Amino acid sequence: MSADNEHSEDGGVETREDGGAIATSSERLVDLYRQMALIRAFEEACQRGFRQGKIGGYLHVYIGQEAVATGFLQAFKEGDRVITAYRDHAHALLLGSDPNEVMAELYGRKTGLVKGKGGSMHLFDVERGLMGGYGIVGGHIPLGVGIAYAMRYQETDHITQLYLGDGAISQGAFHEAANLAGLWGKEGQCPCLFIVENNKYGMGTSVERTTAMTDLAAKFDAYGIENEKVDGMDVEAVVEVAERIAEQVRETGQPYAVEALTYRTAPHGAADFFEKYRTKEEIEEWRERDPLAMVEYKLIENDALDEDKLGEIKGEARERIQEAVKFADESEEPPEEELYTDVYSGKDEYMGEE
Amino acid sequence: MAETKTYREALREAMVHELDRDENVVLMGEDIGVYGGTHLITDGLYDEYGPRRIMDVPISENGFTGAAVGMAMMGMRPIVEMMTWNFSFLAADQIIQNAAKVRYFSGGQVEVPLVIRGPNGGGVQLSAQHTHSLESFYGHFPGLKVVAPVTPNDVKGMMLTAIRDPNPVIFLEAGALYGTKGEIEDGDNAVPFGKARIAREGSDVTLIAYGRQVNLCLRAADTLAEDGFEAEVIDLRSLRPFDEDTIVESVEKTHRAVAVQEQWRWFGVASEVAAIIQDRAFDSLDAPVERVSGAEVPGPYARNLELMAFPSEKQVTNAARRVLYEEEK
Repeated sequence: MSADNEHSEDGGVETREDGGAIATSSERLVDLYRQMALIRAFEEACQRGFRQGKIGGYLHVYIGQEAVATGFLQAFKEGDRVITAYRDHAHALLLGSDPNEVMAELYGRKTGLVKGKGGSMHLFDVERGLMGGYGIVGGHIPLGVGIAYAMRYQETDHITQLYLGDGAISQGAFHEAANLAGLWGKEGQCPCLFIVENNKYGMGTSVERTTAMTDLAAKFDAYGIENEKVDGMDVEAVVEVAERIAEQVRETGQPYAVEALTYRTAPHGAADFFEKYRTKEEIEEWRERDPLAMVEYKLIENDALDEDKLGEIKGEARERIQEAVKFADESEEPPEEELYTDVYSGKDEYMGEE
Repeated sequence: MAETKTYREALREAMVHELDRDENVVLMGEDIGVYGGTHLITDGLYDEYGPRRIMDVPISENGFTGAAVGMAMMGMRPIVEMMTWNFSFLAADQIIQNAAKVRYFSGGQVEVPLVIRGPNGGGVQLSAQHTHSLESFYGHFPGLKVVAPVTPNDVKGMMLTAIRDPNPVIFLEAGALYGTKGEIEDGDNAVPFGKARIAREGSDVTLIAYGRQVNLCLRAADTLAEDGFEAEVIDLRSLRPFDEDTIVESVEKTHRAVAVQEQWRWFGVASEVAAIIQDRAFDSLDAPVERVSGAEVPGPYARNLELMAFPSEKQVTNAARRVLYEEEK
């Protein structure tokens, strides 16, 4: 069983031949690569920070899935909003959040993106469009649909990129929210781009073991929402879909769903040691289609970059992240009075002993 | 000027006031539009404001409540009707995990100006699944505000305050009282949260309640007065934030207190009232604080059993007599 047709058993996506129909300029490809390399370096540093006991709580890294958010966020325009679940570091970095602040959040410091109050699962950068990472599988989907509705109610042409995993598809919240999106979309009132990041496993339970109808894009048919699939390991393919569909959603105010077939080559979370649910061979097969490696191969093939130059880009990313780690490590913990702030907006009505 | 209106009209008047004042206010709920609302609170509003402001939604509490949270995060001010609060368990994840906490875990980057309203409590033979008083359930969570007014004037005034509040407000209505009447001040009579109301002044014992049980306490106070005991009745109105001072001041005067609630005894508001009194007015007490609560059973259907399941006037007067060291009747 080859890695690329594993998803396509369910009538899934066709993987492109190398050098296929999409002719991304080398310059752009290098830029995409740079963004993905930064995410990869960040996530690897997180894994180290977790092992060192610098990062607490849960830690979910994006290694293997970089092409999905990187590709889709190329279609992001100012005023758009992004909402996702807890595997959210990449989304923040891609929207331009300062890697120092993102790492400081994971380290639980006052300089963190949300002042040390949310941690890895709750990155917010509202000014840049990030409406949050959320910790309850599927629980953020109704919020995203409401955010999209508000955009049209307020008469803007912004759209919402709503990321969810394959695991969320079985939640009632998904079905209720998709139903609302379809309904409101009929009137052009729900510019919501659903991005299903299907990495094959909800924690350790495969899609095949959680739903009888494994074509996740087609789930949206039930709610009158157009949909398609994309090879989520191929950043060029993702960019192509993202730009085309984002434009359509912006134009029509109608929701659209894209199932990105991807694979998390890292464990689910930092406590997922043994990975009993999948084989080493499967992971190795998917690593051959690693989203960064595929771009590296193409850039070298096209004589756009050589190994040295690629090494330089990776080195720059690692250096930038080392700086973030240093910043986080040297930052102070949140002051004690921060415990009681932000419970309510406006007059402090905290009820208890301070 | 004050006019006599029903509880139902008070609610509608407040919502209309804010619909007219602020374009960001929208109403959402099951059958609130074309149908006119199960309890007719929103009757006529669909015709006046149209589907953009008065939104009928499918039967999916989790979905539409969550969508309302998202809208609120964008600066809209949705008022969500729970057809009854009993259905809010389906939306509890959205209310508790998102609405109540998102401000905190975003480090203060968003606010959620959201009102969720609907009838709370039992009393009209709806049996087990439709009989809950959820004030301690929602009152438990930091990030939410919880109010339970009983007079039409407070209903209107607190709804105005709820809609203008930048935080999620759980607005618990006494569903059994929608048809009751009271004087309402004209215009903008916004009533602040966190301030209890003295519903009746007295010097011998303090009866503390909220919602429908305030009326029960007022009847009990009349009965006690026949025996020469003047009860002070405190209507808490707002449970989060909570007005401790009014209770403490009253107990310092009366030295005796009875807390009354429709909900189950364990982990309830009355227990919190008793704890506050022993914390802050221990030396003023002449008797232990009494609690009167609902029976520890799911809501029964038969009228006689249902009446037994809720606090009665007799239970309240007898609790008052116990703290007064008088014979029970």
